[in-house]
Amino acid sequence: MLLIEDLQVKIGNKKVLKRVNLEIRSGETHILFGPNGSGKTSLLMTIMGYPQYKVTGGKITFKGEDITYMTIDERARLGIGMSYQRPPSIQGLKTRRMVQICANNGVDVDSLAKEINFSDFLDRDINVGFSGGEIKRSELLQLMAQKPDFLLFDEPESGVDVENISLIGKTINRLLERDVHATRDKSKKQLTKERARMGLIITHTGFILDYLTADKGQVLYNGALACMGNPIEIFKQIKEVGYGECVRCVA
Amino acid sequence: MRSLDDMAHEAKDKKAAIGPDIDLDTYSLESAMHADVKNLKTIPEEDIERMTLTGLDVSEEGRAGTYLQKDATAVHSGSNIDGLEIIPIKKALAELDWVRDYYWKLASVDTDKYTARVRLDLQDGYVIRVLPGKKVTLPAQACLYLEKEGFNQNVHNLIIAEEGSELHIISGCASASHVTRGLHAGVSEFYVKKNAKLSFTMIHHWAEDVVVRPRSVAIVEKGGLFLSNYISMKPVKSIQMYPTIYLVGKGAVARSYSLLVGSPGSELDVGGRIYLQAKETRAEIISRAITNGGNIMSRGDIIGEVSGVRGHLECHGLILNGGIMQAIPELKGLVDGVELSHEAAVGKIAQDEILYLMSRGLTEEEATATIVRGFLSVDIPGLPAPLKAEIDQAVELSQKDVM
Repeated sequence: MLLIEDLQVKIGNKKVLKRVNLEIRSGETHILFGPNGSGKTSLLMTIMGYPQYKVTGGKITFKGEDITYMTIDERARLGIGMSYQRPPSIQGLKTRRMVQICANNGVDVDSLAKEINFSDFLDRDINVGFSGGEIKRSELLQLMAQKPDFLLFDEPESGVDVENISLIGKTINRLLERDVHATRDKSKKQLTKERARMGLIITHTGFILDYLTADKGQVLYNGALACMGNPIEIFKQIKEVGYGECVRCVA
Repeated sequence: MRSLDDMAHEAKDKKAAIGPDIDLDTYSLESAMHADVKNLKTIPEEDIERMTLTGLDVSEEGRAGTYLQKDATAVHSGSNIDGLEIIPIKKALAELDWVRDYYWKLASVDTDKYTARVRLDLQDGYVIRVLPGKKVTLPAQACLYLEKEGFNQNVHNLIIAEEGSELHIISGCASASHVTRGLHAGVSEFYVKKNAKLSFTMIHHWAEDVVVRPRSVAIVEKGGLFLSNYISMKPVKSIQMYPTIYLVGKGAVARSYSLLVGSPGSELDVGGRIYLQAKETRAEIISRAITNGGNIMSRGDIIGEVSGVRGHLECHGLILNGGIMQAIPELKGLVDGVELSHEAAVGKIAQDEILYLMSRGLTEEEATATIVRGFLSVDIPGLPAPLKAEIDQAVELSQKDVM
């Protein structure tokens, strides 16, 4: 479970998050909406633990531990993982090796890569010369190997071509263990109840709503979470009347 | 006409064009003679360990032949393959007339005091020749070993790839673990003939107070390929080398790669110069250097003399824990229609790369080591797997020193 209480964050002297409160329960996936510059990426980077995002107040708790001042790698080992919008490229580090790093070795990289249509890129340097869509598939492949309990996605659809968009959607769905099917022993309802994977997804286009049923939607507006509700309803509002109206109407 | 010996005498105090000047008289030329080594496995374990670090495989399995020199003495020399000759140069000069067609034909004895010294006080060195059309896929190995404290080792090597042949050489230079001080001067002349392919991978593993002055010149004929790799990742007092390659035949190609690590107290001045003198010739000089307290000068020079030739130069340097890194790329086009480019960068490890890897579970130290390893992992096209493995091993071992 993730609990964010009264979180305030600065980059340099600029306040980017003011008093954010958020609770994601075990097994839940939330969608994060918000206009450009509202602080969505800042919120994800703060949860992941990037040091340039200075927490000036409030608290983040994950799995019952106060992680507010933990380093990035401590958080990663605790089970938080992120799909970045624009990750850095690293010369000489093969994508294959990067996937092994994510899994802490002992992973069948080739078969994982096949699932996300990324086999041709394994022997290339990570992110070097990758297109926007290739970066997204590479990020998902890394998370498939890393298997975090809580997954952060920063605009996983941006730059992805039409051909791969459903692959991305379905993979995220699977990463979040939302593609459950009833088995002989357990009903779908029971499996859903047992699910532990949690997600927080930033989307501009709402594409992900076509592939998974998220539990809640949140709108981040001007550094604060402004409304919470059914993600499909919120997205509909945003499309019809824009972010400003959406926030006003719910508030 | 003056003789080569006269020229050498005149140049015996001539300072090198670049690099710190060395007082040759402070090193000894008197070496204990070493006995022949029939079986490499009988070499003392501690020496084998040092030699192995520079690529020497004492089992000789997977090697086409071996040359091993200790101080002034060629102690082991021989080829395991028909069509490949490996002979100590002194023996070759005494017994084989054709060697004179190559000896001092590319390098000049009066380049500086080090070439003069090699001319006047030649101890030994190797002649490695692969016969026309013979393709030797297993690497041949050579090791020049410094065993006596304070010794001045002077070697001369000739490497000849005859027409249509293929040869890969791994040449290591190392000092014994008890040696702290010494001077290695070496002249190497490379002949890559028509449509021949030669790769030469040199790994250095010296000690903190050893001075190294290699002087190399290569010529590549029509359709020939010369691949020259240099790896120095261990402490050394001073290395200065600026090997020169002449591409004289149509379509000749040269690629030079160097991987350098500069430790505190080490001064590395390493470059490469390639002359594009024939149609359709191509050149590439790539260097990756890391300093963690040392002083590194990474030079490169490509000279295009014919229209349509292409050359690219790349010097990338990282400063990890202090030290000085200087990249000096030079390009010269002498006619219309040459295409020469360079790329030089000196910097530190990017913080966002470290954080990215940490978010995948690595500690800060592990992330830094991973980035450093990536920085030094350069894909070298055309290099056989065993040589790539030797380079990877050297990079792997350097990790401990760098971090």
